[in-house]
Amino acid sequence: MSRLLRSLLRVALASSLGLAAPVAMSQSAGPDGGLSLPLRGPTPVADPAPAPRIQPIRNTAARETRNYPEQPPVIPHTIEGYQIDLNGNKCLSCHARSRIRESQAPMISITHFMDREGQFLATVSPRRFFCTECHVSQTDAKPPVANSFIDIDSLITHLKAGGSAK
Amino acid sequence: MSLLGALANRFAWARPIWTTISRPSVYFSFGALVLGGFVAGIVFWGAFNTALEATNTEKFCTSCHEMHSNVFEELKSTIHFSNRSGVRASCPDCHVPHNWTDKIARKMQASKEVWGHLFGTIGTREKFLDHRFALASHEWARMKANDSLECRNCHSAQSMDTTKQSPRAAEAHERFLFTGQKTCIDCHKGIAHKLPDMKGVEGWQ
Repeated sequence: MSRLLRSLLRVALASSLGLAAPVAMSQSAGPDGGLSLPLRGPTPVADPAPAPRIQPIRNTAARETRNYPEQPPVIPHTIEGYQIDLNGNKCLSCHARSRIRESQAPMISITHFMDREGQFLATVSPRRFFCTECHVSQTDAKPPVANSFIDIDSLITHLKAGGSAK
Repeated sequence: MSLLGALANRFAWARPIWTTISRPSVYFSFGALVLGGFVAGIVFWGAFNTALEATNTEKFCTSCHEMHSNVFEELKSTIHFSNRSGVRASCPDCHVPHNWTDKIARKMQASKEVWGHLFGTIGTREKFLDHRFALASHEWARMKANDSLECRNCHSAQSMDTTKQSPRAAEAHERFLFTGQKTCIDCHKGIAHKLPDMKGVEGWQ
């Protein structure tokens, strides 16, 4: 029990440092503690596995919980065909500072105006221009590996309730 | 007087033709001429319309490499070419008015595009990209002026069931489309082809 909790704590701490993905992947365990099936399914190694179905994009437009404060918020709508390149940025035609009154969409965060020295620029910093480098749409696809991530709030609640930290 | 004389000399070859067509017919009956004219009219009109329709197809548009390797390629990945129900728009559905007089007006404008093709105005990808803003601006201006008529030939606001749209789309359409504040092209630029540099375009950064 204490080993499990320690690993959970490690996951939560690591993810608050922005390392969630690799650590969470390394914790990928089946319900019985070991990998039940390889990720590619029961297909023999030499054979090509059938391609999984492309999942529809979640398109509710309702904001989703962030798993840790620094997590780039996920995109709760489809962005199919949205052009983001030197010529223009479709996302910004709703999420830019000057557009949100009309669109009622959340404004891109102030951090997007910072250059790498932490200086605030008048407009979106070029290094933050390509939205989909960090923000992604979501599907309801079944994850191929179980995820044992618990967020820091749950951990704090657990500790406050007298739970062991180890 | 000498000017008129010079003109008369200039068109001396036309005199026998004028003499012939200004005289009553000697050999053909009035009925034959009227009926013959009527039938010939139908044939010519039919030929004109057939030619008009032949130039109003995707096959014709994409027979020029300018259209085929630029805008048509870009269309292929968009929802107006490939979608769940398989209904699709072809070039003239959006770029040629369906109404006859407007169609003829557009066809006359398009004679400039033939000129452009012959002289290679957008003969290379680079030239096309250089002209893209101007080309796109023409289309935006046309759709803005006619209240996105070509969109509305298929997408009627009356038949739009917002309960079947995503919450985001439904809200935007209720706020801006149904109130008449905006027309389709105001928000839906670049849905069928790639966009030019959008700096300075309203609503874009």
